[in-house]
Amino acid sequence: MPKDSGIGASSKRREDVRFLTGTGNYTDDINIAGQHYMYVLRSQVAHGTINSIDTSAAASMPGVHGILTGDDFAEVGGLPCGWQIHSRDGEPMKEPAHPVLARGKVRHVGDPIAAVIATSLAEARDAAEAIDVDISELPAVVDMKAAVSGSAASVHEEAPDNLCYDWGFVEENREAVDEAIKSAHHVTTLELVNNRLVANPMEPRVAIGDFNRASGESTLYTTSQNPHVIRLLMGAFVLGIPEHKLRVVAPDVGGGFGTKIFHYAEEALCTFAAKKYNLPVKWTSDRSEAFITDAHGRDHVTKIELALDENGMFQAIRTDTLANMGAYLSTFAPSVPTWLHGTLMAGNYKTPLVYCNVKAVFTNTVAVDAYRGAGRPEATFQLERVIDKAAREMGIDPVEIRRRNFIGADEFPYQTPVAVAYDTGDYHGTMDKLIEIADFAGFAARKAESASRGKLRGLGVNAYIEACGIAPSNLVGQLGARAGLFESATVRVNAAGGIVVMTGSHSHGQGHETTFSQVIAEMFGMPEDMVEIVHGDTARTPMGMGTYGSRSLAVGGSAMVRAAEKIIAKAKRIASHLMEASVDDVEFKDGVFSVAGTDKNVDFGSVALAAYVPHNYPLESIEPGLEETAFYDPSNFTYPAGAYACEVEVDPDTGVVEVCSFHAADDFGNVVNPMIVEGQVHGGLAQGIGQALREAAIYDPETGQLLSGSYMDYAMPRADDLPMFDVDHSSQTPCTHNPLGVKGCGEAGAIGSPPSVVNAVIDALQSGGHDVAHIDMPLTPNRVWHAIQSAS
Amino acid sequence: MPSVSMNVNGRSVSGDVEGRTLLVDFIRQHIGLTGTHVGCDTGQCGACVVHVNGDSVKACNMLAAAADGSEVTTIEGMANADGTLGVVQQAFQDHHGLQCGFCTPGMVMTAADLLNRNANPTEQEVREYLEGNICRCTGYHNIVKAILSAAATMRGEQIAAE
Repeated sequence: MPKDSGIGASSKRREDVRFLTGTGNYTDDINIAGQHYMYVLRSQVAHGTINSIDTSAAASMPGVHGILTGDDFAEVGGLPCGWQIHSRDGEPMKEPAHPVLARGKVRHVGDPIAAVIATSLAEARDAAEAIDVDISELPAVVDMKAAVSGSAASVHEEAPDNLCYDWGFVEENREAVDEAIKSAHHVTTLELVNNRLVANPMEPRVAIGDFNRASGESTLYTTSQNPHVIRLLMGAFVLGIPEHKLRVVAPDVGGGFGTKIFHYAEEALCTFAAKKYNLPVKWTSDRSEAFITDAHGRDHVTKIELALDENGMFQAIRTDTLANMGAYLSTFAPSVPTWLHGTLMAGNYKTPLVYCNVKAVFTNTVAVDAYRGAGRPEATFQLERVIDKAAREMGIDPVEIRRRNFIGADEFPYQTPVAVAYDTGDYHGTMDKLIEIADFAGFAARKAESASRGKLRGLGVNAYIEACGIAPSNLVGQLGARAGLFESATVRVNAAGGIVVMTGSHSHGQGHETTFSQVIAEMFGMPEDMVEIVHGDTARTPMGMGTYGSRSLAVGGSAMVRAAEKIIAKAKRIASHLMEASVDDVEFKDGVFSVAGTDKNVDFGSVALAAYVPHNYPLESIEPGLEETAFYDPSNFTYPAGAYACEVEVDPDTGVVEVCSFHAADDFGNVVNPMIVEGQVHGGLAQGIGQALREAAIYDPETGQLLSGSYMDYAMPRADDLPMFDVDHSSQTPCTHNPLGVKGCGEAGAIGSPPSVVNAVIDALQSGGHDVAHIDMPLTPNRVWHAIQSAS
Repeated sequence: MPSVSMNVNGRSVSGDVEGRTLLVDFIRQHIGLTGTHVGCDTGQCGACVVHVNGDSVKACNMLAAAADGSEVTTIEGMANADGTLGVVQQAFQDHHGLQCGFCTPGMVMTAADLLNRNANPTEQEVREYLEGNICRCTGYHNIVKAILSAAATMRGEQIAAE
C-alpha cells in the first residue's frame, strides 16, 4: 500500500497551485516603483578590435538616464572563474580576464559592449542603436581543431595557441595504458562529436538591481540556481560589496539546467547601475539574446580507444578530447571536461586502466559550461558508444559484453582507477530490470512488424553511472575548486509547533518545497502542511551553495536532516525534564516523546511550546527556543546508475528516426517522492533524446555567427517528437554515507539516454544491411539518409 | 496614444498604449496580470497563450490594439468561482504536469482550447495540438497524461489514479 504522506509518498506538489493560477513570482513579474530598464548593446561580430565607442548622441536621447561602457568597470574585477585546472606540465590554466563590458576587443557575437539605462525599454533600445561603435573585425576562431592548429588567430593574448589547459588523467597511468592498448587482443576506436547544446530553460534570464540609500544595501533579484554563490562572486570579486550589504534574491525560477548557475555580466550591471544612478534597474533577456549569452553545454570532439582481451574483457581506455571553453571562462567551465568527465570514464565496469587527455580550447563563441549532466553525459556517451562498437566488432551481444565487465553487486565499495570510489550499486540488477520492463524477448516480433511497413527497427541499450551529490569540499579543493560544496539548513520550530526550514538549496522546478516537507513531516510525525520551506533569498536563509549536480536532497536534504536531528536531541532533553525522566530513557516516535516502559508521554507541540514559554524549564542547562542550523559536507559523491533501452524505427527512404519506446531502469537509492523522481527522469530523457536526434548550436565556421539562434532554427523537442516513457526506480541500493540514503535523480535521464538512442539507430541500420559504424549527433534525417547512402 | 478596452477574465479594463504594444505586454504590464509569460521572441514557445473571444492566441503575436473590444481569458481566469483549481488545472497537479511552471499557463490555455474543440482527443491528437507550446522540464509525458485525464473528467468518466 503506497504511503499517502512522508518519505516514499507521491505527495502532490504544493508549488503547483501558484504556478497553475498565474500567481507565481518569477523575477520578471517583480516591478519596483521608479524602475528603469537596461538594454545591452552587443557585438554583432565574433572577433574584433574596438577602436572607439561614441555614446554622445545616444546619451541625449529621450528617456536615457545613463550609459555604461567598459571604462566604467576599469577599476573593478572581471567575472571570476570558480575552478582552476592545472595542465600536465604542472602549469595553471590560462585564465584571461572576463570583463563585465568588453574592453579593447570583442570576442564573440553577443559580447556586451555598452548598457543603456532609460525610463522605458523601448527608449533604452532606441538609444543603443544610436551608439557608434567602431570595430575592426579580426578572423573568427570557431572550429576547435583549427583553433589549436597553430595557424589560427588568438582569442586572447595570454593564450596565443588558444589552449586553456592540457590535462591528463590519470597521468601516472599513461604509459601503462599505452602499453595495454599496443599489446591488446582487440582495440576498438571511435571518433565522435558531443554536440554543442543550448540549455534553454523556458524562462529567459532576468536581473533587477535595487539600492537602498538609507541602509547602503544593494539588492539583486535574479534568475539563479544559487543566490548565495552569486552574492559571493559578484560581491567579493566584481563589485567589491561586502556580503552584509548585498542581498541576492532568486524567487520562482523557470528552469535552470545548469545555465543559471553562473554569474553573468547583466547581474553586475544592474546592481552597479542601481547604485550609481540610485534607481531600480531591470534587464530582461529576450530569447535571441539568451541564445548568444547564456552559457552553452557539451561541445567535445573525442577519439576513444577501448582495448579488450579475447573474451571481451576491457583492458584499458584511452581518450583524446578537445573541449570548447568559448571566448571566456564561465564560472565552473574548466571543471566540466576534467573532473566531472575523466572520473566517470570507468563507467559501471572493472576496466583497470584509464587515461584521458583533455585540451580545453578558446574560441570566438559564447562560453561553454555545465548543462544537465555536465561532463558525465560526455563520458557516458563515448564509453557506451565504443562498447557497442566493440561488441559488434567482436560478435558479442551488447548486453553480454557489458555484463561480463560490470562491477559485481558484491564488490562494493569499489575503488575505480579514476580516483572515485563507488559506495553502492547493482548494475546486473538494473540491467535485469531493464530487460524485464523493455520486453527484450518481444523485440524480434516488433522488428518484423516494422519491417512489414518498410521500416528498420533497432534496439539500443547502455548502462550509465554518474557522480552526484556534489561534493566533498576537501576533495574538490585539491582538484582546483575555489569554493566549498557543502550545504546548510536552519530548522526553526515555531512556538505553536509548525516548522520552517530555511535551505541553501534552490528549487527551480524540482519541487523541494514538497519533498523537503515530506522528510521533515516524517521525522517529526506531523502533517506535511505544518512544514514550510524557505529558499532563494540570502536574507532569509543561511549560507547556501545552491542546486546543481543532482545535489539538493543528497547534500541540502542531509543538512536539513542534521539540523532536524539537533532539534530532536534538544527536544528530548526538554521532554525528559517535563516527564521527570532520564534523557536516555526518552524515545521519540510519531511526534510523541515517551519514557520507555511507562505510560508517560508528551507530544512534540507541547515541547515546542515549553521551549518558547520556559516557565517549567531547565534554564540553567538548556537555552530556550528551538532552532538549529547545520552545515553538511558530504564525505563522498553519490553514484546513481542504471540501464536504458531505446527502440527506434528508421525510414530508410528519408532517414527519419522515430523513437518508438524508451525504458529506463534507475537506481537512485532511496526515493522520497516517486512521482517527482519519475518526472525528473522524463525531463532528462527528453533533453537526452533532443541531443541525440535534434538539438545543435551551429556556428558559421567563417563568421562565428550562431546559425541556430532561435526556436525557428534550434530544434527543441516538441510534444509530438517524443513517446511516453517507461521508467522504473525499484532497484535501490541506498547511498551509504548520507542520512537519507539518497543518490540524486535530476541528471540521470540526460546522461543515460543519448547513447541508447544512437546505439538503437546504428542497430537498425546494421541489421537492415547498411554498414554504418557511427553517426554524429544530432541524428537528423539528413545525416541518417547520407550515412545510408554512403554505406550502400 | 490610442486607448484600448477589453474584458479580461470578466473585468472591463482599458488603457492608453502605443500602437506597437503587444497584447502580452498590455496584460503583463498595463493590467498587472503576470501569469501570462514570455518565453521567446519568435512566436514559437507558447508561454503567452491566452484566449481571445474563445480562441487560443499567442499574446506576443497580437497587438493590444487588435484585441480592442475583445473577451480575453488568461490563466488567472481559469480557476473555479470558489477559487479551487479548474478541471484542467487540477489534472496538471494530479499528474505532475508541471515542474518549473513557466510554460504552464500557456499549456493550460492550449489544453483548455483543445478540449473545447475536441472532447475526446487521442494521445496523438494531444501531442499535435501542443506543437506550439514548448516545455523543457517534463518531456511532455505528464502533460499529455494530464490533458487526457482532464478530457475524461469533463466527459464525466472516472479514470484510475496513478
